[in-house]
Amino acid sequence: MSIFLDRDTRVIVQGITGKMARFHTRDMIEYGTNVVGGVVPGKGGETVEGLPVFDTVKDAVAETGAEATLVFVPPPFAADSIMEAADAGIRYCVCITDGIPAQDMIRVKRYMYRYPKERRMVLTGPNCAGTISPGKALLGIMPGHIYLQGNVGIVGRSGTLGYEAAAQLKEHGIGVSTSVGIGGDPINGSSFRDILERFEADDETDLICMIGEIGGPQEAEAAEYIRDHISKPVVAYVAGLTAPKGRTMGHAGAIISAFGESASEKVEILSSAGVTVAENPAVIGETIARVMQ
Amino acid sequence: MDIHEYQAKEVLSNFGVAIPQGALAYSPEQAAYRAREMGGERWVVKAQVHAGGRGKAGGVKVCESDVEIQECTEEMFGKKLVTHQTGPEGKGIYRVYVEAAVPIDREIYLGFVLDRSSQRIMIVASGEGGMEIEDISATRPETIVRATVEPAVGLQEFQCREIAFKLGIEAGLVQHLVRTLQGCYRAFTELDATMVEINPLVITGDNRILALDAKMTFDDNALFRHPQISELRDKSQEDPREARAADRGLSYVGLDGNIGCIVNGAGLAMATMDTIKLAGGEPANFLDIGGGATPERVAKAFRLVMSDKNVQAVLVNIFAGINRCDWVAEGVVQALREVQVDVPVIVRLAGTNVSEGQKILAQSGLPLIRATTLNEAAERAVGAWQSDLNQSTKVRAS
Repeated sequence: MSIFLDRDTRVIVQGITGKMARFHTRDMIEYGTNVVGGVVPGKGGETVEGLPVFDTVKDAVAETGAEATLVFVPPPFAADSIMEAADAGIRYCVCITDGIPAQDMIRVKRYMYRYPKERRMVLTGPNCAGTISPGKALLGIMPGHIYLQGNVGIVGRSGTLGYEAAAQLKEHGIGVSTSVGIGGDPINGSSFRDILERFEADDETDLICMIGEIGGPQEAEAAEYIRDHISKPVVAYVAGLTAPKGRTMGHAGAIISAFGESASEKVEILSSAGVTVAENPAVIGETIARVMQ
Repeated sequence: MDIHEYQAKEVLSNFGVAIPQGALAYSPEQAAYRAREMGGERWVVKAQVHAGGRGKAGGVKVCESDVEIQECTEEMFGKKLVTHQTGPEGKGIYRVYVEAAVPIDREIYLGFVLDRSSQRIMIVASGEGGMEIEDISATRPETIVRATVEPAVGLQEFQCREIAFKLGIEAGLVQHLVRTLQGCYRAFTELDATMVEINPLVITGDNRILALDAKMTFDDNALFRHPQISELRDKSQEDPREARAADRGLSYVGLDGNIGCIVNGAGLAMATMDTIKLAGGEPANFLDIGGGATPERVAKAFRLVMSDKNVQAVLVNIFAGINRCDWVAEGVVQALREVQVDVPVIVRLAGTNVSEGQKILAQSGLPLIRATTLNEAAERAVGAWQSDLNQSTKVRAS
């Protein structure tokens, strides 16, 4: 299977009765994702898009055998929902919610470490567009039709910039094995490094495209990991060349506050680790096509 | 969200952090009165602005009489204080804080931050207080003491003692420092701060530990559960355009260039700015209008971008995923009929239903410049800005 999802992966949606959640549930089903139900406390017994709604994630897991979840819960309650999924034995969680307090995420991360590694849920996001393995399944809000099926693994913080990259690849006739959004928050479930490790071990991925941005240490940490552990070619782009220091650029985590956090410093760190860096976002597809030859 | 020094001190003192005696004033007369009321012989008068580096910029004065206080605050009120953190336009002084001067023996740096590497709260301290942390880490990195806090159990006393002993605090004062650290930690966690900085924390001649300056930043995402903190917001300290954008749910950062940007998604917005720069232009702003590019949001975005007088061209870059290009195009057309935009407008749409979107733009009769790729959009925007600005590419409200 692909790194997180397959055609058969049983998926639930937490917060499924919300307007956006309904819309995207329908979209995921149309794409072919095996959505088996939803969870909204107090709405157990209802149905949405013909799917059963449960009061708790544990109920949903017991009844449907759900393995993965999409969290579409408003910011004040999202951290609680992620922890509920982790405790119910869900294997993979994507959290779309933008605006979760940073300290809630610190608690979520700490909570997940209660479980031994083989039973620990993997979280990607929050504040991301989700994960897609083209032709198989979509767990998120991205437009499925812009992705061709193929052998490039994409990992990035940003939603629409990730779409831009996928669309450029499609123009070059290049497809994607899996695209993972790790989100724009300062404290996130999985880092670039975590996803790179998965792509390295994935038979369906031959090249990795990493889309970073200003702020935080994760691109630099990824560079070190790539140098020591990744044998597949990596092409990267880092957004925010023109971003001023100390200002938050939309994403809560996109702020240059320390050495090594600006786009130019990250580009330098990645280049010196052997990564091919596209300096211009308009040539991400072109650069990957060149490296693949 | 940032707050003023006097507010941070009040917040921290509620958590057991000791602070010098002080009072707030909104006028020179009030400042002088505050000093008389407080008593003593020496006072420090501090301009309350949301920026560091006030001392060097003339925003902190030591005074020895109420007359002197009145004179020096007359110089401050209503002025813009320009420090290395404010940018050239400075920040307005509308409040001053009058504080009793204290005899200082030692200055310590103390900071609490969200450490993104360990994904925990980290304490950073140094015996070289008074200097900025960037300067300390550049010149005296060996003096910096760090500790991260295990979120399940919180900050432990032994960690505080370790910091105290590493800083060389004399035994009799160690408990004071432990209380200060734990107070800061509690304020940080209970109020959802993202930064608490006391610089300097001083040891006085009479053996007290006092926060002489204090800075707190709060997590915007957590303000919903701290209404008392939200009330401390001071809009006079914010860029008016950014404040207006925030009130309308748009994410905007003003910059110095002259090509305005309207983009959906933070990453794509930064990437668009980068492309403009690489094409030889300078972006005037960062603006993320969010996932759903509805006509109302696009119109709001145009108003906001055009409120910057330096804007000489506007680049709209929308990657329509769930929302289709034809729908976004209608939004752009409708917005341009509502908002007076008298500079060239370049529109690049990509994603779902792109050809239908292009058709709507072409048939609108508006003199829009269309582009298909990101590069083309940036080049056309820079070209339009460079060519004579009084050309016929102007878009008029009809």
